[in-house]
Amino acid sequence: MSVSQTAFHTALLDASEAVPEGLSDGVGHPAGSRFSVYRNNVAVSLTEALELSFPAIVKLLGEENFKGLAGIFLRQNPPETPIMMQYGAAFPDFLAGFEPLAHIGYLPDVARLEQAVRVSYHAADATPVDPEVLQELSPEELATARLELAPSLQVIRSPWPIHQIWAYNLEEGSPKPTGGAQSVLILRPEFDPELTPISSGIAAFIIALLRGETLPEANEAAIESEEDFDLSHGLGLLLSAQAITRIKTGEDQ
Amino acid sequence: MLDNSPRFAALPAAPGVGYKPQHFSDILKDAAPVEWLEIHAENYMGDGGRPIAQLRHLSELFAISVHGVGLSIGGECDLDTDHLARLKHICSWLQPASFSEHLAWSTHDSHFLNDLLPLPYTKATLNRVTDHIDQVQEVVGRQMLLENPSSYLAFDESTYAETDFLDEVAKRTGCGLLLDVNNVFVSATNLKIDPYAYIDAFPLARVGEIHLGGHDEETDDHGAPLLIDSHGREVADPVWTLLDYTLEHSGPRPILIEWDANIPEWSELADEARRAATALQKVPA
Repeated sequence: MSVSQTAFHTALLDASEAVPEGLSDGVGHPAGSRFSVYRNNVAVSLTEALELSFPAIVKLLGEENFKGLAGIFLRQNPPETPIMMQYGAAFPDFLAGFEPLAHIGYLPDVARLEQAVRVSYHAADATPVDPEVLQELSPEELATARLELAPSLQVIRSPWPIHQIWAYNLEEGSPKPTGGAQSVLILRPEFDPELTPISSGIAAFIIALLRGETLPEANEAAIESEEDFDLSHGLGLLLSAQAITRIKTGEDQ
Repeated sequence: MLDNSPRFAALPAAPGVGYKPQHFSDILKDAAPVEWLEIHAENYMGDGGRPIAQLRHLSELFAISVHGVGLSIGGECDLDTDHLARLKHICSWLQPASFSEHLAWSTHDSHFLNDLLPLPYTKATLNRVTDHIDQVQEVVGRQMLLENPSSYLAFDESTYAETDFLDEVAKRTGCGLLLDVNNVFVSATNLKIDPYAYIDAFPLARVGEIHLGGHDEETDDHGAPLLIDSHGREVADPVWTLLDYTLEHSGPRPILIEWDANIPEWSELADEARRAATALQKVPA
């Protein structure tokens, strides 16, 4: 009889399914446990892809627990493309909805941070603008300016001290997390993403810029989040981090 | 004028290794006896950063083989045209010396399973694989090599021997073949056929590249040996012997050492490549 790839696929992801008939060891015995080699390859290779991308979550849960969790995730969310560097983008949301781990409230946000680091690592290279370009803008131009930011730039906001938790688990000698909300800026100066805790005002400022808002609009969004936000401080941070790749004023928008 | 011609038009009949980023500086210091590198295409499909920068740099110094592991040429479904476009893109900017994929499937119902899954060898699958390879070669705009799989089971419905199937696919599509000698040894042991007879039946004239890798030994439900193509250790002695036999009949070919799990120090990988160089030296050109 013929074995469809639908039957093969179903039995691969569900070990309680019988091994499809029509498969043998080459000399007439049913394939039996030989089918498990493929089951195992699929589960192990996808679990390894997740471990590689979420090392802090592995550390927080322990390897065995992580493997068990990955086994559940990969069956609910098999990859949709062959690009493993993208696999697991849905993992943070999966964690957020996973009842048995609901007591570790910060877990999904730490996973979001790791996902952002991975995206940053593979993001397109970009050339920053000359800081002087900004200083040469007239007040009229500044009032309508929008900034394009480096593709490697990511911002994650959390009610948890996610940067402290991340560092404590992955960077030797980092102090124990002390609590409190944290926003984190992720940027890749050359090849390695750097993580910097930032104030809620700066986070709101950058997120508004990413939405395509003008400088004054982004400034307002920042002040709403942090009363004494200072625009020159926010801009200075982006400039010194070489995060601005283009300034669009009046006519070229 | 922009020179877009490939720096390395073909892989040399010399040892190559599967490139691992942890070996980058070792390779730049002294790659001998390794003369070319193979990459898994899917690991270089990001937009930028270190992987792409390293690959650009290495491609200035070494012939590169682009080896796809995700196209699902043996799949019942249509090929993923987005993925095909990505392969075309990497082959355009990198201008590799070789491009290869597998006789296997990995995507079904839009799920990618990240393993090289087996297919039966029948008239229907022959037509499908042929159509898919025609499509790949047309889109990517170059000849591809098709690799023989490692098998853990056989399909009752198969009507072709694997060697006949590959020969027919190559004849119909004009593709070349990538002969993985470890896969031959693994499949032959697992399915109880003679690996030397397999090599005898293989269309060696079409082989553009040879693969070697390590395997693990287990047993099946009946206590029979079940070899696992793990790429996690050195190449087994009987596989080296089978390589010698293959080279006697094929003549010199580019030989790749694949070591993808438990990745060793560069020196250990170079030792494996040296063993391949020795095997090549024994073969009259």
